[in-house]
Amino acid sequence: MSEKIFMKGAEALAEAVIRSGCRLFFGYPITPQNETPEYFSRKLPLIGGTYLQAESEVAAINMVYGAACAGKRVFTSTSSPGFSLMQEGISYISGSNVPAVVANIVRGGPGLGDIQPAQSDYFQATKGGGHGDYHLIVLAPSTVQEVVDLVPVAFDLADKYRMVVELFLDGILGQMMEAVEFKYDIKPEDLPEKPWVTTGAKGRSKNVITSLDLRPEGLEKINLALKEKYKEIEEKEKRWEEYKCDDIEYLIVAFGTTGRIVKSVVDELREEGIKVGLFRPITLWPFPYKELAAFIDKVKFFLDVEMNLGQMLEDVNLAVKDKKPVYFYGRTGGMVPTVDEIKEFFKKKLEEVK
Amino acid sequence: MTVKPIYTFPKSLEKKNTHYCPGCHHGIVHRLIAELIDEMNLLEKTVIVWPVGCSVLGYEYLKTDGVEAAHGRAPAMATGIKRASPDSFVISYQGDGDLASIGMAEIAHAAARGEKITVVFINNTNYGMTGGQMAPTTLVGQKTTTSPYGRDPNVCGYPIRVSEMLATLEGPAYIARAAVNKPARIVQAKKFLRKAFNAQLKGLGFSMVEFLSACPIQWHMTPIEALNRIEKELIPYYPLGEFKVKEGVE
Repeated sequence: MSEKIFMKGAEALAEAVIRSGCRLFFGYPITPQNETPEYFSRKLPLIGGTYLQAESEVAAINMVYGAACAGKRVFTSTSSPGFSLMQEGISYISGSNVPAVVANIVRGGPGLGDIQPAQSDYFQATKGGGHGDYHLIVLAPSTVQEVVDLVPVAFDLADKYRMVVELFLDGILGQMMEAVEFKYDIKPEDLPEKPWVTTGAKGRSKNVITSLDLRPEGLEKINLALKEKYKEIEEKEKRWEEYKCDDIEYLIVAFGTTGRIVKSVVDELREEGIKVGLFRPITLWPFPYKELAAFIDKVKFFLDVEMNLGQMLEDVNLAVKDKKPVYFYGRTGGMVPTVDEIKEFFKKKLEEVK
Repeated sequence: MTVKPIYTFPKSLEKKNTHYCPGCHHGIVHRLIAELIDEMNLLEKTVIVWPVGCSVLGYEYLKTDGVEAAHGRAPAMATGIKRASPDSFVISYQGDGDLASIGMAEIAHAAARGEKITVVFINNTNYGMTGGQMAPTTLVGQKTTTSPYGRDPNVCGYPIRVSEMLATLEGPAYIARAAVNKPARIVQAKKFLRKAFNAQLKGLGFSMVEFLSACPIQWHMTPIEALNRIEKELIPYYPLGEFKVKEGVE
């Protein structure tokens, strides 16, 4: 169990899901994440699990909803256009307080876009892609090992808070091969029972799972209860990484694959004697506002780098509150920023402030 | 001399007033489900997936576990429950707008997969809950709030016979159409529903009973006129009977 295995990200994701005690996958084919369902279709039937190819992403997420109501750990993965189709179901699951884990292997958009890596679904992930007042916990790993490490966290958070947890990945993380180590192997039978499940009223009165309350005063109460839950999550579950941030004059903010690229940017700029660090949000929601704001007095400016046209930028600005300049560099439509072009942009800004 | 009860309130039915309109058939069908759950001792394993539509609050009226699905997605949700909990007895309760329009993909694929669930399909030829709009099952010439001059097939095509269509698939074990507009028909409907329940319990595949149902308010009829409309207009287009009976269904 402690040995390292060389795996493609999309397959490591699937293996991590199985080792998190999940035996149910419902999904629909879409590039660039097909290796994940294909892995499940090979493995799950051999270990008493269920791989089911749904007729659409709309159906898949509602199968996830049903399985979640039955109290089992359940997972689906998709890519941007498919994730848009799942928003209806995700809104219902959120309104019903049942746990589920979904992965979006983000590709270029809008519309059919392309199949190259992107981060342009940040708004959809963090500001509510479906209707109603709700949030997902959004985890954004930046390496295949971090995917492996965050998957059991995603399931635990989903179960703990009875809500949807999204793994926000991109095509690079899915296609890249890396050596990974699995430090866990959770058996479904060892997971705690859920008293609220709907599998038949045996030895108890009926359980009902619904997102409906036709009385506005009742529905407002449900929303306020969700708000309390989200507040607790904002207090307890924020995750982020600070890389070479001890003595900084400049801070670059980036997440996921871009965060990984920016690590190299930081390393190279430091070789030139520039005191720069990386702040990498791992939970995109809840966003680590306070933790980022703690750098306002230490730095001359912030640079936000993303594979979109400035979506996390809004959260960075909310944290910095105009107290220091915030610059943005982004590539989009499936283009991946290189270390050199980020460095060049950074140095241009450095010149401007001098 | 002891008096033997021949008719009692079903144990699986909640003793409360429903929100259904006078003359609506949801109540009769709820009762048939509850009677069979009692007779077949299924309360402890039954989960009913309730739809968007008039029966959206169905979980208030039965003592079974219940979940509330998104519009049209009940068969997908039922699939998820059944796959996660194969010992559960899973019913997907749906209306005609839900099942035959927005949820056509979900119902067709659940049937094609032979999903071991039972679908109770209420066909009242219109969208009752939203105020009586045209449904995919609305008869040619029928006036609704969105076909005020009568359904014109040149504009919106023809009503779908869902039971016949799904019966062409290999996956279903049992498909039948019933009505509950006369006592004898209620007896027959219950027989059909029992077979559908048995098909699931025996693991034979997908099962469905379509119920031609009255909607007096949206049809702008008295309850009696609505019963007659089922006889004179609906049954000639939507014939009653069994369309698929796989070997072993009883």
